[in-house]
Amino acid sequence: MTTKKTEKKSGKKNVKKRVLLQGNEAAALGALDAGVNFFAGYPITPSTEIAEIMATELPKRGGKFVQMEDEIASICTVIGGSLAGAKAMTATSGPGFSLMQEGIGFAKITETPCLIVNVQRGGPSTGLPTKPSQGDIMATRWGSHGDAPAIVLYPHTVKETYELAIRAVNLAEKYRTCVVLLLDEVIGHMSEAVTLPDVSKYRVVNRIKPNVPPEWYKHYDENQKYLSPVASYGEGYRFHVTGLVHDAYGFPTNNSNEAAIMMHRLKKKITFNIRDLVQIESFHMEEAEIAIFAAGIVARSAKQAVIKARKEGIKVGLIRPMTIWPFPDDAVRKMLKNVETVIVPELNQGQMIHEIERLAKDKDDGKIIKMQMVNGELITPTQILHKIKEVN
Amino acid sequence: MAKIPQKRIHKYLRHNKKFPHVWCPGCSNGIVLGAIIRAIDELKIERDDIAMVSGIGCSSRMPVYVDFNTLHSLHGRAIPFATGIKFFKPHMKVIVVTGDGDSTAIGGNHFIHAARRNIDITVVIVNNNIYGMTGGQYSPCTPHDDVATTMPYGNIDNTFDICKLAIGAGASFVGRTTAYHAIEAQQMIKKAVSHNGFSVVEVVSACPVIYGRLNKKGGAPEMMTEMKENSITLKGIDKLPADKKEGKIIRGIFIDEKRPEFNDKYQQLVDHLKEKK
Amino acid sequence: MSKKESFRTEIRLSGSGGQGLMLAGHILADASVIDGYRVTLSKSYGPESRGGASRTDVIISDEEIYYPEATRFDCLLALMQEACDKYVYDVKTKGILIVDTTHVKNVSVMNTKVYELPFTNIAKEKLGSVLPTNILTLSFLVKITKAVSLESLEQAIRETVKPAFVDLNIKAMNLGYELADNYEK
Repeated sequence: MTTKKTEKKSGKKNVKKRVLLQGNEAAALGALDAGVNFFAGYPITPSTEIAEIMATELPKRGGKFVQMEDEIASICTVIGGSLAGAKAMTATSGPGFSLMQEGIGFAKITETPCLIVNVQRGGPSTGLPTKPSQGDIMATRWGSHGDAPAIVLYPHTVKETYELAIRAVNLAEKYRTCVVLLLDEVIGHMSEAVTLPDVSKYRVVNRIKPNVPPEWYKHYDENQKYLSPVASYGEGYRFHVTGLVHDAYGFPTNNSNEAAIMMHRLKKKITFNIRDLVQIESFHMEEAEIAIFAAGIVARSAKQAVIKARKEGIKVGLIRPMTIWPFPDDAVRKMLKNVETVIVPELNQGQMIHEIERLAKDKDDGKIIKMQMVNGELITPTQILHKIKEVN
Repeated sequence: MAKIPQKRIHKYLRHNKKFPHVWCPGCSNGIVLGAIIRAIDELKIERDDIAMVSGIGCSSRMPVYVDFNTLHSLHGRAIPFATGIKFFKPHMKVIVVTGDGDSTAIGGNHFIHAARRNIDITVVIVNNNIYGMTGGQYSPCTPHDDVATTMPYGNIDNTFDICKLAIGAGASFVGRTTAYHAIEAQQMIKKAVSHNGFSVVEVVSACPVIYGRLNKKGGAPEMMTEMKENSITLKGIDKLPADKKEGKIIRGIFIDEKRPEFNDKYQQLVDHLKEKK
Repeated sequence: MSKKESFRTEIRLSGSGGQGLMLAGHILADASVIDGYRVTLSKSYGPESRGGASRTDVIISDEEIYYPEATRFDCLLALMQEACDKYVYDVKTKGILIVDTTHVKNVSVMNTKVYELPFTNIAKEKLGSVLPTNILTLSFLVKITKAVSLESLEQAIRETVKPAFVDLNIKAMNLGYELADNYEK
């Protein structure tokens, strides 16, 4: 597991070239810097800026942008582009993300890399289109029917949105699956002063190309880490892709052995590589007696609350998942072992808290405290601070 | 050494593991697939350059049998998947094989928008007037009064004219033929594939086991005979008296126009932006 | 407002959609970037792009900014009565309230320095259009609060607004400064 230690940076001193960047812009720029050259999407608040940037930038770079007739078409076109060799993505929100679920399942079973940026908005259905919510955490995990794991990254600043967009594209290409970059409406729409990153600092992952003769090629060949080379359409490997359960060549099968192999493969390529996938930030957790577990925008409130509480002598810290799926089980177990109380603030009616409770042992009963808000407003640092004082 | 006889279709079929096929006896899908393969063979297009994309349904099982770049996608979504492939690799010939339900019910929106976009994809619609794979439910192309398992008292719903729909939505090549007219189908598909723009070929087909049985149409030979006798060419229909035109299957190319194609226009945009730099 | 060793300035620009407050917020945030500060700009608005309550928060600091929404304002700008009523109680003690009396008729506050001018009407009269009211009020605000330097504000305006409107907005900016300088203290 990669743990990122937070350093305190000073503002005024050491100023490089900084620009004001919106979260959605950062997601688009990160994806472009990671080599995304294909975008198909449909406008929806609060994610539309991403499509607008792509519509402006991609044709200039020789990449492809198309606005489709709906989100279903968008995800399918993205997968088609990816099968033809593109680094492909789309961006959407709430209702659009619901429409994409069947396509997401298709990308997963056919192991086709693609990126979806889902800028969460409030409520089920049309909900609160311009208000923040963290209601899609479980939808990103279990939204599509059937049974397949998910990779979902969850940034909490504009800069991190840029970085995790690059990482999301890389993970999609490496693990040949659909990766979701989950944003909060507030992160998508807020602007922050960001130091323009040096692109060369980031590693860009490209698909491993097969080096066998076409007649030997298996589209779902297994090597030890469950990451196999992959051909693209139109390059001499005339492979078959289907949403049916398939064998190593990609041909449909009803054979239970082959079905089991395929299903296990989808799962194992995630579980065998969990250390590569899971990233968390540990913030002031030294000697912490109270831990806050929060993601995205809520983690920002939590950080401010932690700093204030620490100044008052309360031993409180924050664990923040940067990868929300697969869930950082090990970090949470460790946290549960080391602290007396865990506060789980989230902008929904209880989603991440189920995962924490899943990992808790019997004796942890009562030590997990919920904080939930679903009215379209943020949980403020003051509210978290009050909760900290309440349980201290 | 004795010469082993080989038909030209053998080059295009996947020999390993893919047969026998899933289609019922008397089904027209094999005829349509044969027509597509022969059209491609005559056009001398490399197999590597062809992508065959389908949705879900009986006809959508075609791609698995042929040695192209093949994609058996989601119900109704073949055209968006094909759009992705064609858009990223415009040099490829992208052929969608789909059924009447797949393309005009669940996929109707994608069908009309691809036609509007005039993207260079050929859509071969095998119209058997019913949902065969799920066992005989009515489709937007089930004739009025005909029986289906979800219209057990006769179809009260109206039907789509696929060709008129495609023309209205902006397709630049639209034709109709039947599975009985296999050579005509082959020639029409050949023209459609060569056409630079969104092209649609509707092949009226026989589903004797499901649709035929539900509607007492007889077996495959009877249904083939009906296609032969009840269809008429575009030229022929004009000569018929008005009272005899009713219910005829009109065969022929309704529209074949050169119009700006989506990928060409996109490339022009890219070139234009490059010049500006 | 004086900038001490460590500072955090919270400014809320509030009104209704279509008054150009998002652009004003963007310019203010840009100016703080030019000044070398840390800044977050967050917005809250309804689904409509015209009408409806709209607010733009700019937080300027020399330290990392975690929570991006303003909670206790050093300065509140209110261009509509509704916005004024809703947010006025969250202005800090000795904070600053700037209202546009064209639309805000009732203001009742204690311990808050209030600046009242009919900005929209002034813009219409002296600039021939209500459109630059946002820049007019923003420059007034900057001159009063010294949240960012005047050079940075001008640079940010020039870089942000469309070329055809630069002159008009610079005129609005200067008028804003003038109104601030001549405001009866």
